[in-house]
Amino acid sequence: MTANISGIDIISPLGLSREEHWKAVLDGYSGLAPTRSFDSTTYDNPISGEVHTFTPEGLPRRLLPATDRMTQMSLVAAAGAFDDSEIDLGRLDPFDIGVLTASTAGGYAFGQKELQNLWSKGPKYVSTHQSYAWFYAVNTGQISIRHGSQGHSGVIVADDAGGLDAIAFAARRLRRGSKVVLTGAVDSTMCPWGRVAHASTGELSKSEDATTAYLPFDERANGWVNGEGGAHLVLQSTSDGRYGVIRGHGATIGEDRLSQAIRLALGRAELRPQDIDVVFADAAGTRAADQAEAEAIGEIFGRGSIPVTAPKAATGRMGCGTAALDVAMALLAIRDQTIPPTVNVEPDKSLGLNVCTTATRRRITNALVLARGIGGFNSALIVGA
Amino acid sequence: MNKGDAVVTRITMADLKRALEEGSGVDEGVDLDRDLGTSAFADLGYDSLAVLETGLRLSRENDVDIDDSIFMDLDTPQQLLDAVNEALERRRQAS
Repeated sequence: MTANISGIDIISPLGLSREEHWKAVLDGYSGLAPTRSFDSTTYDNPISGEVHTFTPEGLPRRLLPATDRMTQMSLVAAAGAFDDSEIDLGRLDPFDIGVLTASTAGGYAFGQKELQNLWSKGPKYVSTHQSYAWFYAVNTGQISIRHGSQGHSGVIVADDAGGLDAIAFAARRLRRGSKVVLTGAVDSTMCPWGRVAHASTGELSKSEDATTAYLPFDERANGWVNGEGGAHLVLQSTSDGRYGVIRGHGATIGEDRLSQAIRLALGRAELRPQDIDVVFADAAGTRAADQAEAEAIGEIFGRGSIPVTAPKAATGRMGCGTAALDVAMALLAIRDQTIPPTVNVEPDKSLGLNVCTTATRRRITNALVLARGIGGFNSALIVGA
Repeated sequence: MNKGDAVVTRITMADLKRALEEGSGVDEGVDLDRDLGTSAFADLGYDSLAVLETGLRLSRENDVDIDDSIFMDLDTPQQLLDAVNEALERRRQAS
């Protein structure tokens, strides 16, 4: 693939910019805490990974009554990624610039507010802007409008795996003629309606202690924590992408087919398992799903050998923003030759994984990122220097 | 509208301005006080959905039914103001 990554920006519970987030991750901080933006204790899931410090200042004020919080965060991160790429978009044909994001559930909090208006006051009180503000493709659309992109664009919906699939899709568009594609995902379902939807899976952590609420690959694992945020990346076809390249991607359906997705990605990348230096795990945080992932990694790489990390233990899972954030961190890990830590976790040795619990200096050329989604989505993406 | 409120017979540009601000926001560099009476919605940064949102908001605030399609063909705030006031006038004459 000739997809070069030339711009990255991040928004997460640990920071409002790429470098702020990355420093906090390497320093071992966690962004998990009791939920502040609404009372989540009544849903038995009191801990969240919220982006407390985000304000939409700097966005056009016309957009504020017409956009969900996740769209506002996405717009800020997209502008940051374009800035970072130093690409002068004005010098490109708008039809050569695309936007391909992933979305888990659209603008959920906006939708909750308008559903409340509908049922408590009546249909006349539902905002006209609801017609698009809830929609899966809303971030792609708003980013396109703001930056004048008119090239091939779209949205991938594949639960958390969509974060990787969107980036792979963007890489394919570059092979087919697009010159610049903004991709990745910034996501939030941080509202009571979102919490209830996640809680219905039975896999959300009920812990009241932020330091033990999300412990992937730990004997004490008891579910995952809902977070918000993600990353946007700028991919370009020309070769001066300073963060690295997309090497390969594989996607499968079926809960026992994660290892097959990894094989597909390795095949696309024309790499052997020993060419991969670190795995950013999906790290679902339930015993059964962790076990399944450990078996898939062991099947490809052998037990206990390749370093595995899950920095999302410090942010929670933010829908498809999670995997996009992992790809951003994998590229920063290559840049700084440092594996970010999996905080708070005491790895269960019986899983046979070499989990990095502290920031670890290591030679990193290629990194594999894994993501799974409800419904059996598996996705594997390899990025390289 | 609460019971006991005086029935509104006409709305003003100030009502329209507030409905725009509340429902759709105001772009940087736009001065509604100065430009509302003389500009087109497009020049003020409002798309057709913002016009629809403003029209529906003014309809429900004044408890008057106006067909949605009326709001689709309006280019200026003055036209929207006239459309709402015409509906209010029809209601007054019908009562």
